[in-house]
Parts: sequence; C-alpha cells; structure tokens
Amino acid sequence: MRGRPAPRVAAPPRTPRPPRGRGRTRGAGLTPWLYLAPALVVLGGLLAYPVQQLGVISLFRYTQAQVSGGEPATFQGLGNYRELLADEQFRQVLLTTVLFAAACVVSTLAVGCALAVLLTRVSAVPRLALMLAGLGAWATPAVTGSTVWLLLFDADFGPVNRILGLGDHSWTYGRYSAFLLVLLEVVWCSFPFVMITVYAGIRAVPAEVLEAAALDGASQWRVWRSVLAPMLRPILVVVTVQSVIWDFKVFTQIYVMTGGGGIAGQNLVLNVYAYQKAFASSQYGLGAAIGVVMLLVLLAVTLVYLRLLRRQGEEL
Amino acid sequence: MTLVSRDATRRTKAVRGSVRRPRRPVAGAAALAVAAVVAFPLYWMVLSAFKPAGEIESDRPRPWTLTPTLDSFRRVFGQAEFGRYFLNSVVVAVAVVLASALIAFLAATAVTRFRFRMRTTLLIMFLVAQMVPVEALTIPLFFLMRDAGRLNTLWSLILPHIAFSLPFAIWMLRGFVKAVPEALEEAAYIDGASRARFLWQILFPLVLPGLVATSVFSFISAWNDFLFAKSFIISDISQSTLPMALLVFYKPDDPDWGGVMAASTVMTVPVLVFFVLVQRRLVSGLGGAVKE
Repeated sequence: MRGRPAPRVAAPPRTPRPPRGRGRTRGAGLTPWLYLAPALVVLGGLLAYPVQQLGVISLFRYTQAQVSGGEPATFQGLGNYRELLADEQFRQVLLTTVLFAAACVVSTLAVGCALAVLLTRVSAVPRLALMLAGLGAWATPAVTGSTVWLLLFDADFGPVNRILGLGDHSWTYGRYSAFLLVLLEVVWCSFPFVMITVYAGIRAVPAEVLEAAALDGASQWRVWRSVLAPMLRPILVVVTVQSVIWDFKVFTQIYVMTGGGGIAGQNLVLNVYAYQKAFASSQYGLGAAIGVVMLLVLLAVTLVYLRLLRRQGEEL
Repeated sequence: MTLVSRDATRRTKAVRGSVRRPRRPVAGAAALAVAAVVAFPLYWMVLSAFKPAGEIESDRPRPWTLTPTLDSFRRVFGQAEFGRYFLNSVVVAVAVVLASALIAFLAATAVTRFRFRMRTTLLIMFLVAQMVPVEALTIPLFFLMRDAGRLNTLWSLILPHIAFSLPFAIWMLRGFVKAVPEALEEAAYIDGASRARFLWQILFPLVLPGLVATSVFSFISAWNDFLFAKSFIISDISQSTLPMALLVFYKPDDPDWGGVMAASTVMTVPVLVFFVLVQRRLVSGLGGAVKE
C-alpha cells in the first residue's frame, strides 16, 4: 500500500528509516502483538464474530419458534435472499435508501463545504458563532434532534408552519415531505463534521496559492473548483465516504420522526426495515439477510475508498 | 512532521494576517445568520423546556416566554428512575470512552512505531471494520448477548460500543502517535527507560490531545445510542438509558412536548459541555488526522 507518494498539502519529506537503531525496528517480535492484543480480542469477539454470525443466520429460517428454544433452525441456503429478491417492498426500500442517502450526502457536502469556505472569509466573532452553532448541532443526540425537529415542524404547535404560513400542514403525512423533514434534520446534525474538517483542511493550504489565484482574478467559485477542491481531495474523500456510511445507515431519525417507517411503511429505509423484520415480526433470518445486503453495499463503498486512497499514494 | 511543517504554518499565518483578502462584512453577516438558523432548534428546545404547558400547545407559538417554569423538568425527574437512566447513560459512555481510548492507544502505537509482518493488512482491516454497519449486527449481537447472559445489563451496551469505536479511534490516533519524533524514543531508551516507561510516561502524555479528540466520537456514539438500548434492554427497564427514557414522553399521537423537550435538554447538555471543553483539540485533531 506504499509507494508513489503524490505531492500533497504540507507533506513532510519522508525521512529515511534509521538503520537498525534501538527504535522501531528492534525486536519487533512480540511487542507489537502484545499492544495489539486487547484491540484484536475485542474486535474479533464483538465485530468479526458477529459479522460471521450475521452471514450464518441469514442462511437459516430463524423465527420466534427457534428463538424461544423450541424448534431447531432449518438451513435453507439462499432462501432468505430469494425471498427478499421476490419481495416488491424490499426492492422499493433498497432503491429509496440509496436515493435518500445520496440526497443526504450531496446536501451535507454542499452545505458543509460552502460554510467551510465562508468560515475562512469572516472575522473571529462570526466564525466562532458559526463554529459553536455547528458543534451544538453535531453534539445533539439523534433522538433529541429528531424530536426537536418534529416540534419545530409540528402541524399544530410548530413555529415553522406559522412562519411559512402553511396553516396546519402535516409534514409527516406525505411521503416526500416526511423524507424532506428527515433530510433536513440529517443535514443539520451532520454538516458540522464536514464543515470543520474541510475548514481545518483549507487552513493548511499555503496562503500563497490562494493569493496567487485571487491576484489572477479568480472568482470564489473558481478558486474552490480549480484550487481548493483538488488540493483538498484527500479530505473530501474522507468526509464523503464517512457521510455515505452514516447516511446509508440512518436509523434513529427515520424511526423516531416517521414513527417507525411512516404511514404504511412509506418512509422505510433498509436499517429500519431490517429492524422491523427481525425484532417486530421476529423474522431474524430475513432481517439478517437485509443486514448482509447493507454490509455488501458498504463494503463496495470501502473498496472504492481504498482505491482512491491508493491512487493518492496515501501511506498506510 | 516537525520542523518543516511548523515553519510552513508560521509562514502561512504571517502572510494570512497581512495580505489576505479583506474580510467582507456581507460574509460576516451571512455567517451570523447561518449560525442563528443552525442554533435555532437548540434554542427552541431549551425554550420549550421552560415554557408552561399552555404556551407550548398554542396555535401562535412565540419565540420567548415571560413565565418560565420548571414544571416540565419536574415531570421528567419525577418520572420513576429518570436519575437511574441518566446514571446508566453516564456509566456506559464513560466506560466506553476510557476503554476504547486505552485499547486504541496501544494498538495505534503498535501499528505506527513498529514494523512487522501483516501491519498493512491489519491497517486495512481496521479501515474495513470502520465501515461495518453496526446496526446490521444488532441481530447476531442480540444472540451473542443472550447466550452470554448479558441481555438487560449495561454490558450489552458497553461491549459493542467499545468494539465499534475502536477502528475509527485507532485510525485517528495513528497520526498523533506518528507525530511524536522517533528521536525522543531513542533518547528515552538511551537514558535507560524501559518500553513500558516510555509508553506510559512519555508517549501517553504527548498523545493525550489526540485521545481527547478521539474520545468525542466514542462518547457520542455511546451516549446517543438508541438501537442497542432498544433491542438489548428489553425486560429490565432499570438498565435503560436516556434515549429510551425520553421516548416515554413522546407518544406519536399525543406527545408531551414539554416533557420531551425538558428530557432532551437534560440529555443534550452533557454532550454540549463535553464538546465545548474539547472544541479546540477537536478542530486541530480532525485537521491532524486528515492531513496524516
């Protein structure tokens, strides 16, 4: 994973490895493994093993009867997956999840990057105000954020409808307006991570570069597109991937704001769907299969991410 | 990561101070307006928590109240065992933060300060582990906890959260451990320090700022957790955590908004305090982690 170091922002020159000092090369033998042991035990037991179990459960017919200890679980191969593929609602939910996550990611990134640029152009007081507001939104627990946004958009008592003059319009009744409401909440609580990270990145860009661009008469948008975005690519990749991962797995917001998936399941996303299947209707096998599908989608995203990192010559 | 970049930052700062484009008042006003919009939900939350019941449930909501009251808070704390839930949440969050910080520190040291076979493989595995959707693992974890007899105990929340915050923490700490010059390590050994002594008395204090930044993430994931609390704490509600307590007040048909907002305020304030305390380190920590 090493090699081809590409020129990067403020990259320190690689110091040649000291020749066999008492430092890192000496007796590497067991020590690193000793340090790694606790992490490996925890990750093996509570991450790797459950992932493997998830795969196994997804191959069985596993319902309440098996959980209560009565019947043995019957192996049915890919039966659960076949059932999923044939399930009109599952395909619908999968599509919805992808589109909804994409909308969330794009909005979050756009808002986060725009505000990061804004942060670099204002004096200390507005900057601090925006930073603190952002940190506040970021720090707000998902459950709390969801209920607060529900109150803000409440048909009877919410201020938003009054300000917009919408009367007692219900935001959670319609499919799209419910999704829009959830999207607003998701963007609200996740843009600060993007904003602060990108802002930290912009600060590391040498001022000379920006000055040169400004002297050449580049507009704000042009500076972003031709100078900042390429230089910040490593950071943008990180925040994009993190956002994809977070938004693809949205659970709490949908669960709380649409009351477990909306009217007749119109606002279901994969995570909530899997939860409903497994814990509400006790079809654990089917729920696990949905989990595997999510895992595979995110694994694909990870592979793309690794590729991008490698292309940038990132040293692991 | 030592002289060169520090010099570069100093230069950048100097230039920035003098020649940089003039600060525009329009941009400043825009930033303030955005800050107000972003902060508004939090303001409304706290406001509603203090409003008397009649004012919350009114057709003409006002953005202030002339008669603040603690009624909603009284209702929240009067709810059986709310203090208990709060304590449970604190126990879970603190245990997760401490354990994952320690374990991640050791692991990050191993992968940055040693060269050994499988080092790169391990790093890639940590990266992949970060992507695992923890929610998808609710089902196998449920069975795992049941077989281990840990359902309905705080362990069923603490253990998975340690595991899930580790990969990101290791990944993030790497940059901080790497930034400690190797010469320092060699000097310590020459002065006769043992490995353990170097690790705990020299490296640990130097990496502490990074640990703080990292712990923000594990704290949030543990404190906010809703899915595990909902799935693993099923029959013994004395082991419940705050998110579940909050939803007691939230009945979709007839929510007690005052109670929900008061409970939300109680739940949000500790995280806010934590964030403000580590704010500076968080910003530089994110910058550092990303740059490395």
